[in-house]
Amino acid sequence: MAVPILKQAEYLIATIQSALTDEDLISLQRALVEKVGKFRSRGVIVDVTSLDVLDSFASRTLRDIAHIIRLRGAETVIVGVQPEVALAMVQLGITLEKVATALDLEEGLAYLDKKLRHARSEP
Amino acid sequence: MKSILEKETVRSGATTAPLLRELVEHLRLHRTELREEWARRITEAELLTAMSDAEIFAEATSVYDNYVAALETGTFEALQTYSQNLSERIIPRGVETHEVVGIVLLLRDVLARSLFAKYQSDFQLLNRILDAYEPAANRIANTVAVGFVQERERIIREQQEAIRELSTPVLQVRERLLILPIIGVIDPQRARQLTEQLLRAIRANRARVVVIDITGVAAMDSHVANHLVQTVEASRLLGATVIVTGLSPEIAQTLVKIGVDLGKMNTVGDLQGGIEEAERLLGYKVVPSDALSQLPGLREEAQ
Repeated sequence: MAVPILKQAEYLIATIQSALTDEDLISLQRALVEKVGKFRSRGVIVDVTSLDVLDSFASRTLRDIAHIIRLRGAETVIVGVQPEVALAMVQLGITLEKVATALDLEEGLAYLDKKLRHARSEP
Repeated sequence: MKSILEKETVRSGATTAPLLRELVEHLRLHRTELREEWARRITEAELLTAMSDAEIFAEATSVYDNYVAALETGTFEALQTYSQNLSERIIPRGVETHEVVGIVLLLRDVLARSLFAKYQSDFQLLNRILDAYEPAANRIANTVAVGFVQERERIIREQQEAIRELSTPVLQVRERLLILPIIGVIDPQRARQLTEQLLRAIRANRARVVVIDITGVAAMDSHVANHLVQTVEASRLLGATVIVTGLSPEIAQTLVKIGVDLGKMNTVGDLQGGIEEAERLLGYKVVPSDALSQLPGLREEAQ
């Protein structure tokens, strides 16, 4: 199932709505990377609230997305990781290091706002 | 008496009933001296030291009577109820399992000796009496000891439950700021429960910073330390920053010695420092009220 990607001002919001196959994840990655350039977005939010499992491939893809998008000049936040999912992930040794995380969409937006304002205020 | 026994040529279940009846009669007849003998032996063996002699004698009397009743009726329900009741009374006074088992075995010994003394002239009869007595006595000893241990276990279970419920409060001290004070021993089960509770609280309170205070944790092994690291990482996946405070010098040294990687952890010396750091992260600034007037923009409200 394809993941809808919404453009909201200078951000892109991808809300994952059901369990994804590996192909779905790869096409999500491709679509996000492409759209970041197309819309000149400054931030990307990937919402995983409805996922009750995040396996190692999905986690790695999320991490890759964040790293690639940083190279494209934007920030990525993963939002809505469920408590049970978080616990299962750390037990498998998946910690999404160096990837920003936030509680939910609202928090993710607040994080990006703060981060970008900060970046702009710097000379 | 002899006539009954003479008729019994084969040992079978039916033969024990009249023997037990004879036994019970004997125990009733010598109730006073056997009780006294038993109480004396209990004191000698330094059992039930938490109780006075008068109390020991009173309990000894009830145990004795219940014992005889159980031998007579062959039913153990009354004894079970009694031993449970007894356990409830004596456990809070610090009576140990070995003491309860000890006194029951002593009673068994005292009664067996009196049977020896009575039937020593007739070895065959003594043998049969003991055959009837031993299984019943074992079962009685078993009932009382099991009753005691069950009562103890029930109390332990209740207390564990109470500790579990009490010991993991997750407190919100400011908007978006949670405190988790951990006190006591952390076993894997409790560690897991703590983590789950914290993660749920982070979601429920929309926390952005969590201060975990482990001042009250006396010792930490690699297993618990790794669990702490996992808790920090899982909290981060939910978007919350964790600050760990109150690492004692001993724990800090242990952790370094066993090589737990706490590099990813944000640690601050004490709870106060942790809260101050958390407030800084959240953008709070705590100022004494008399200094408020010196802050531009706040002057009007302060006056």
